Amino acid sequence: MENNNSNEILDDYIDKEYEFGFVTDIEMEVAPKGLSEETIHYISAKKEEPEWLKEWRLKAYQSFLKQPEPHWQNFELPNVDFQAISYYAAPKSGAKYKSLDEVDPALLETFEKLGIPLSEQKLLAGVAVDAVFDSVSVATTFKETLKEQGIIFCSISEAVKEHPELVKKYLGSVVPYSDNLYASLNAAVFSDGSFVYIPKGVRCPMELSTYFRINTQNTGQFERTLIIADEGSYVSYLEGCTAPKRDENQLHAAVVELIALENAEIKYSTVQNWYPGDKDGKGGIYNFVTKRGVCKGANAKISWTQVETGSAITWKYPSVILQGDNSSGEFYSVAVTRNKQVADTGTKMFHIGKNTRSRIISKGISAGEGQNTYRGLVQVGTRAENARNFTQCDSLLIGDRCGAHTFPYIESKNNTAMIEHEATTSKIGEDQLFYLNQRGIETEKAVALIVNGYAREVLNQLPMEFAVEAQKLLSISLEGSVG
Amino acid sequence: MLSIKNLQAGIDDKQILKGINLEVNAGEVHAIMGPNGSGKSSLASVLAGRETYEVTGGEVYFDGKNLLDMPVEDRAREGLFLAFQYPVEIPGVSNINFLRTALNEIRAYRQQPPIDAKEFLRLTKEKQQLVEFDAKLVNRSLNEGFSGGEKKRNEIFQLAMLEPKLAILDETDSGLDIDALRVVSNGVNKLRSDKNAFIVITHYQRLLEYIVPDFVHVLYNGRIVKSGTKELALELEERGYDWIKEPAYSNS
Repeated sequence: MENNNSNEILDDYIDKEYEFGFVTDIEMEVAPKGLSEETIHYISAKKEEPEWLKEWRLKAYQSFLKQPEPHWQNFELPNVDFQAISYYAAPKSGAKYKSLDEVDPALLETFEKLGIPLSEQKLLAGVAVDAVFDSVSVATTFKETLKEQGIIFCSISEAVKEHPELVKKYLGSVVPYSDNLYASLNAAVFSDGSFVYIPKGVRCPMELSTYFRINTQNTGQFERTLIIADEGSYVSYLEGCTAPKRDENQLHAAVVELIALENAEIKYSTVQNWYPGDKDGKGGIYNFVTKRGVCKGANAKISWTQVETGSAITWKYPSVILQGDNSSGEFYSVAVTRNKQVADTGTKMFHIGKNTRSRIISKGISAGEGQNTYRGLVQVGTRAENARNFTQCDSLLIGDRCGAHTFPYIESKNNTAMIEHEATTSKIGEDQLFYLNQRGIETEKAVALIVNGYAREVLNQLPMEFAVEAQKLLSISLEGSVG
Repeated sequence: MLSIKNLQAGIDDKQILKGINLEVNAGEVHAIMGPNGSGKSSLASVLAGRETYEVTGGEVYFDGKNLLDMPVEDRAREGLFLAFQYPVEIPGVSNINFLRTALNEIRAYRQQPPIDAKEFLRLTKEKQQLVEFDAKLVNRSLNEGFSGGEKKRNEIFQLAMLEPKLAILDETDSGLDIDALRVVSNGVNKLRSDKNAFIVITHYQRLLEYIVPDFVHVLYNGRIVKSGTKELALELEERGYDWIKEPAYSNS
């Protein structure tokens, strides 16, 4: 009886629409499809880049050509035709905006519709936003306010022009251009993304946030984010993303690099809601992302929080290299897969310095025919005296057609290390639902309540302004899925 | 208030309730007793709407409405409350958040606005004191890590908060020590009024010393085989259940 009933409700739920599936009708300048050295010259020229960066891109492209496709992942790698993608798309009205007045109203409207108003009066107090539309940054808010404290928050294209010394020093320093196939591709063709620099001793007074939107058909989005927190500084950064509903798959291969110097702290949060494809698994974003941070100096701290609800395939392991003594890394994750979505995500913590600490909390939620994999690596090097790790990895199953998988790897070369791993798998029980129903709470609300309770430890890590949004997103993306 | 006529239900092909008849009016407390496996908890589950049971015959009216036609949550919103024999744990969901959600769902059904935060706090405090529920437990995750006794007391606290018309207590006394039993019973007695009614399901007469029923029914083999007043409970305590299991019902 349970099965019949849950299938029925699941069917209802499967018909739920993706909320952000609209397309903005705006004249775009789109690079011809295909990938070659020409493409790189094209992008580099469009962006009026210095020679060194073009050379770097070209080396990355060579590296990309030499790498085989990976096979270790827990899903079948879809055949991505790199020649069928356009690697650059920008609104025709001009890629550079001096002020919001110059931005095409259709673009502003798009972001407004997504709940991201770009005029500063309407913005959430205390949140600065960089809005990226396909390949270009449309607007960065509160730039001037931040500048007063020496904080640089701009698109990476602008940073290349205005702060080449910083970009040159740190770009590719955490994720080298040869790191992996998709990181190489990104290095070769990245178009835009955010750049953040927090000077020594400065505590960034507001949340910095980037909103990514894919709009154009047959394009990929290859954004590159670089965040540098100088000694004793602090920054909290959040990214959000959506895309229109399309029948074909679109590739999103981003690279994010974080550098925390001595006593600095970076908190990086992601609320990922790319188009997940329809109930038959048609369409959706391939979200193949390389995210890595380095705690370069002593006592540095990097914390990743991610709420992953969208994308046909989510494939990423936001990691921390714990180089400085006493540095610490955290990873908090909620990943939801439903319909035919796939997630293969987790983290890597490299303990290099002494007394380094890491904490991993992963909460997988699988519904429909979704497959959810946690993959994690905790590595303790010979010098890492007294390294500590705690990993908790939970899976929640909704229905009986989904799957949860865990691949925790632990490698320790130092016998003073203490590594703990806890894992649980649970199902939303008929008993739990009946209990909540009996108190007058309908099933959809009951599921939302249970799931939010389950994910609470992770949601609590999000900046206040976004915790509520993320909670809503979780409820919406699981509407009607019952087991 | 509640009118059960010839109710038959079972799981898969196994018939468990074989024709229950029961009338409950406002202001009354009915005790349902019976040996293990007689169908007591099944009756509670069927009334609350648990889907594992299939109703195969009979009818149930609750305040004039066909109860069996309603989904589980609507039965609750109409004012039917089940105090569970085994309350479930829901990790990460605070007791208080859960209760506010429940209360507001019920209010919405009755076309009342959501309760405001201040009023809710006041109500929580009042009810928590009324049923002597530990204030610390109010903010903890729903039943998570609660002792058996704490879970049962939480059921009574919820009962106090949601103020149902009809409360069914399913073996609320099982697993309670004498002090907890007294607290739980006191809570129920304070909540009794001429507007609400209780069905108290229990295996032992002990609970009925504290919650004095107006009527006692003996359930055996899916039927109510004997009804009486509180003296019947005492008789059962003395003589056991064997004497009611005798001839007349052995052919079913």
